[in-house]
Amino acid sequence: MIPELGQLALILALLMATLQCVLPLLGAWRGNATLMAVARPAAAGQAVFVALAFGVLAYAFLSFDFSVAYVADNANLALPWYYRFVAVWGAHEGSLLLWILLLNVWTVAFAAFSRHLPEPFAARALGVLGFISVGFLLFILLTSNPFTRLLPMPADGADLNPLLQDPGMISHPPMLYMGYVGFSIAFAIAIASLLGGEMDNAWVRWARPWTNVAWGFLTLGIVVGSWWAYAELGWGGWWFWDPVENASFMPWLVGAALIHAQAVTEKRGTLRAWTLLLAIFAFALSLLGTFLVRSGVLTSVHAFASDPRRGIFILGFLTAVVGGSLLIYSLRAPKVAAGKAFATLSRETLILVANLMFAACAAMVLLGTLYPLIGDALGLGRISVGPPYFGFLFMLLMAPALFLLPFGPFARWGRADAGELGRVLRIVALAAAVLGGTLGFLAWRGSHEFRALLGAVATVWVLSGVVLYARKRWHEAPAGRRYPAELAGMLLAHTGVGVFLAGALLTTALSVERDVRLAPGESVRVGAYDFRFDGVQEIKGPNWLAQQGTVSVFDHGAPVTVLHPQKRTYTRGQVQTEAAIRPGAVRDLYVALGEPLGSGGAWALRVYDKPFVRWIWSGGLLMMLGGFLAAADRRFRAQRAPQPAPAVTSAPAESAA
Amino acid sequence: MNPTRKRRMTLVLLIVAAVGIAAALTVYALQQNMNYLLTPSQVLSGQGADYKTFRLGGMVKSGSLQRDAHSLRVDFAVTDGDHDLPVEYTGILPDLFRENQAVIATGHMDGGRFVATEVLAKHDENYMPKELAEAMGKAHAKHHVGAAAQEPTP
Repeated sequence: MIPELGQLALILALLMATLQCVLPLLGAWRGNATLMAVARPAAAGQAVFVALAFGVLAYAFLSFDFSVAYVADNANLALPWYYRFVAVWGAHEGSLLLWILLLNVWTVAFAAFSRHLPEPFAARALGVLGFISVGFLLFILLTSNPFTRLLPMPADGADLNPLLQDPGMISHPPMLYMGYVGFSIAFAIAIASLLGGEMDNAWVRWARPWTNVAWGFLTLGIVVGSWWAYAELGWGGWWFWDPVENASFMPWLVGAALIHAQAVTEKRGTLRAWTLLLAIFAFALSLLGTFLVRSGVLTSVHAFASDPRRGIFILGFLTAVVGGSLLIYSLRAPKVAAGKAFATLSRETLILVANLMFAACAAMVLLGTLYPLIGDALGLGRISVGPPYFGFLFMLLMAPALFLLPFGPFARWGRADAGELGRVLRIVALAAAVLGGTLGFLAWRGSHEFRALLGAVATVWVLSGVVLYARKRWHEAPAGRRYPAELAGMLLAHTGVGVFLAGALLTTALSVERDVRLAPGESVRVGAYDFRFDGVQEIKGPNWLAQQGTVSVFDHGAPVTVLHPQKRTYTRGQVQTEAAIRPGAVRDLYVALGEPLGSGGAWALRVYDKPFVRWIWSGGLLMMLGGFLAAADRRFRAQRAPQPAPAVTSAPAESAA
Repeated sequence: MNPTRKRRMTLVLLIVAAVGIAAALTVYALQQNMNYLLTPSQVLSGQGADYKTFRLGGMVKSGSLQRDAHSLRVDFAVTDGDHDLPVEYTGILPDLFRENQAVIATGHMDGGRFVATEVLAKHDENYMPKELAEAMGKAHAKHHVGAAAQEPTP
């Protein structure tokens, strides 16, 4: 009975979503205040029903209701309660339900905080959000119903994919989806302003904190996913250019570009059409990302089952959203007014160049990700695009943006002071050459990898620019107004870029990875450490049996740590490697069990020394914090009434760019 | 030409040049990193000779797996039902590597042997990679090598 309530709740939510989509858009078109007023109550009602459906599914998991097919497929009696709860979004149907739940969270937040906006504008934006909701609810109800019954009811269920039984799984999808779905707000605001022709700067000011928060969540989701892959997949890699990683990375790139473009549009009124286009693409790529993962058109770790009806629905919905919004854009964007002119050497130009690089990078990733599909359609054979394609072009395309990063904050809007930029160039170049060169040489001596040198130089280049600008503010701005949240967020995020660079390039250059065969008592030297294999014993978990190895690590004879990598066999027979990691600020020591080799207790082991690998995720977390901090700036909240024209731009230094 | 036009001209030329360079680099990088998936029959008919590296897909032939006693080297044969190809690999095989199961190996031909640098096994007991299933479509029909369905590889 209870699962049917969930089904009913979804149907009611669909009705509410339809109301939320149709009536306010109609009202805004006709100037009918009554119809526009439907938007908020309909959004609230839809949220209640979606939350109810989600709650019902969670309850079905927690109470072992195996008469629900989705529960029976993804949980069993031995699964601990927290993994049963996580299993709600462990497969296709439930993850869509999570998506729609988060869309409702964002919609309700938008409805609550948008009361001071002009009514037609808010009504249009909520209508657009309603349209997205209708699409997803229809998709769930027509092709992916999580409440389908399974008769006769099995005595016990299957199991959650063991890859997903990890703390990372608890937070990875919700964070990623918070980011994906968050771009729907920027999208809705962009479409609403195109529909209404109200393309003044107010909507951009209004969209900025939403974009920043969404991007922050997306960053967090990607960081958690990367860390999860590192700890859980047992290969010690942190990024694989897997289609699904790419799917989350494309909106991230466009989102990063959008954050900067919105800053320009808000402050100067320029690049409006470009900002609108980026808002559309950020969300379109989020949708594509969700569907690429779910549709199974691409082969990847994450792809769930596939069903041709799903593919067709997805294609239709994507076409409607992307095609529709681009149509509106092409009709309305030519009417967008131009903003203030800017010189060739100005902050606008720097941001524009970086923006183009980000967009080109997203296009490059899109091409590489979809190329196997294109190749298949053109009959070129079954092709896959190797990771070096992405790695090589990514470094190449991001290099100009990194080169410009130290100068961005120093460059004035409109026309930059060439003398000041020249001074910054000299200092930053000197710091990068001397400090970066020295550190890089020390790192390079150990590995003879040019990327170690490159990593140190690039990191110092970026960080010295950030420090230099922080120092300038400290000297020139009055106390208390030195680092407003928006500016501090920018500095923090740019620091994150530097830290990430150090992590990514140094880890790639300096890691030592050895696959070895070890009998109990034998040692192997990896980097500066000796790893001694002390054999394997059997241990038992709630729903798995494991071979647990013991590996003692020594640094020149002094014991460092003892690691316990596992090879687990889950109830359904799936085998899963659990790596053992000694984390550290400067290096991780990483051991994973391969397979038993013959008699005598010998095993194949992966033994890794991974310097600076934590810096990769620390950098990502700093970028995320920067996004959140910038969104908290009082400037975005202070103006209660919508401004017909923006207040005169603040001093150039005051903006995050 | 007036100064504004001149500046615009320069800008347009710069953009065209940048797009051209970017497109050329992308095409080059794509060509360098495209891996074709071939079955043993296709390799034995000579198709593998065209590529520096490619991916070999098929089933691990039953009884063909041999481990070296002192190193991580393994030898096995990959079959598509019609033909077998010997494969050598040094390293740790994935968790789901089994005889009579689907496998995709990346590597190159060395004489009559395929030297693999990476071996991926299917991720679930019921599925095999979609692309592999298609590549082996005929073999499937003839030899009943397993159910074809969409599948994730790592």
